Amino acid sequence: MSKAAELAALIGSQTALSNRNLIINGAMQVAQRGTVTSASHDSFGGPDRYKISETGATVFTMSQDSDTPTGEGFANSLKLDVTTEDSSLAAGDFASVMYNFEGQNLQSIKKGTSSAKSVTLSFYIKSTITGTYIVQLYDNDNNRSVSKSYTVSSANTWEKKTITFPADTTGAFDNDNALSLLVRWWFSAGTTYSSGTLATAWESSTSANTAVGQVNAVNSTDNNIFLTGIQLEVGEQATPFEHRSFGDELASCMRYYQTAVPAGGDIFGTRIIFGGHIVSGNNIFGFVDHTVPMRAAPSITFNNIAVSGFPSGDPTVNGYGLTRFEVYKTANANNNGSYYLFGYEASAEL
Amino acid sequence: MNITSAQYSRDAEDTKNVCVVATINGIKMHVPLDPANTEYAAILEWVAEGNTIQDAD
Repeated sequence: MSKAAELAALIGSQTALSNRNLIINGAMQVAQRGTVTSASHDSFGGPDRYKISETGATVFTMSQDSDTPTGEGFANSLKLDVTTEDSSLAAGDFASVMYNFEGQNLQSIKKGTSSAKSVTLSFYIKSTITGTYIVQLYDNDNNRSVSKSYTVSSANTWEKKTITFPADTTGAFDNDNALSLLVRWWFSAGTTYSSGTLATAWESSTSANTAVGQVNAVNSTDNNIFLTGIQLEVGEQATPFEHRSFGDELASCMRYYQTAVPAGGDIFGTRIIFGGHIVSGNNIFGFVDHTVPMRAAPSITFNNIAVSGFPSGDPTVNGYGLTRFEVYKTANANNNGSYYLFGYEASAEL
Repeated sequence: MNITSAQYSRDAEDTKNVCVVATINGIKMHVPLDPANTEYAAILEWVAEGNTIQDAD
């Protein structure tokens, strides 16, 4: 695209010249969890914010990969490696990856009003299986849905797709921190999701109309699917991808997930510690500040625990907030050199 | 989400429930009693299906 065309696209988009991309981590720069094997059902893994949604046999390994479209300025992609195939889909089987939005971040779409806006999704995909694919928007506040098809023309080749979804004057997004909208990239769909007529205009959600025509892209363990350069913006015009700094994207991702020991990090020096002089039977307290405030009080998973003067096992969570959580552990020794070390993962994903 | 166990956990002074210690998709989690938390919302749905969160020890 020429510079003049880029400028025309920006002006023609009738939207902001910055912060156009509603997607966080669209360039797949941030991957705090690292590679996650055995990803199915509701798994997160690889680049932050992307979630497997699956029913059936399909299992993926989710990772951040360096395979990217040439010359487009991307260094990373989300790689979905099919490690268990689903070659014979039962009616209710499906495999997909989702991106979830808070309603308060979507008010500019004006959904559910007479001045509702179209939105345009652009992304790069590389997949082993050619054919028709479906990408869907689902309005979780009002149980409404719209789906569009696109074609992967060449196997194992990066292709850019641009899809405009129509405005919806029915059903406003709640202005809060809960799930309002999801984008779902379908990779397989049993007849429960494909036996109707594709809902290319917004409608009250009907499962049979959501993924009509979707090819089975998970029918072999030889299959891989890559995504990157994902941008969702208000208006009917796809503008050039809005690259953001790693720091900006990391901070945005941390609203939903933080960990003491990010993937590839060293557990030494990053865990939380409390202890010192202890008396058996006393509760020893510690707290953890989140790097940025989280979307909601997070679910906590503890890991890499090491103890002296304390029993092994998780600490007890004594309180939660958006900015910190408090824990305690009951000592089981009289000791001047005690310690209780732990790592953690805090998830406030949608 | 596949929830296989759930039990309340109380604060150090034993005055109130603070969270649910649950096994979700095979992972032990300490889930706050916040309906905006995705796992807690799933636990509430699990309870609505007839399951029970065990009292704290």
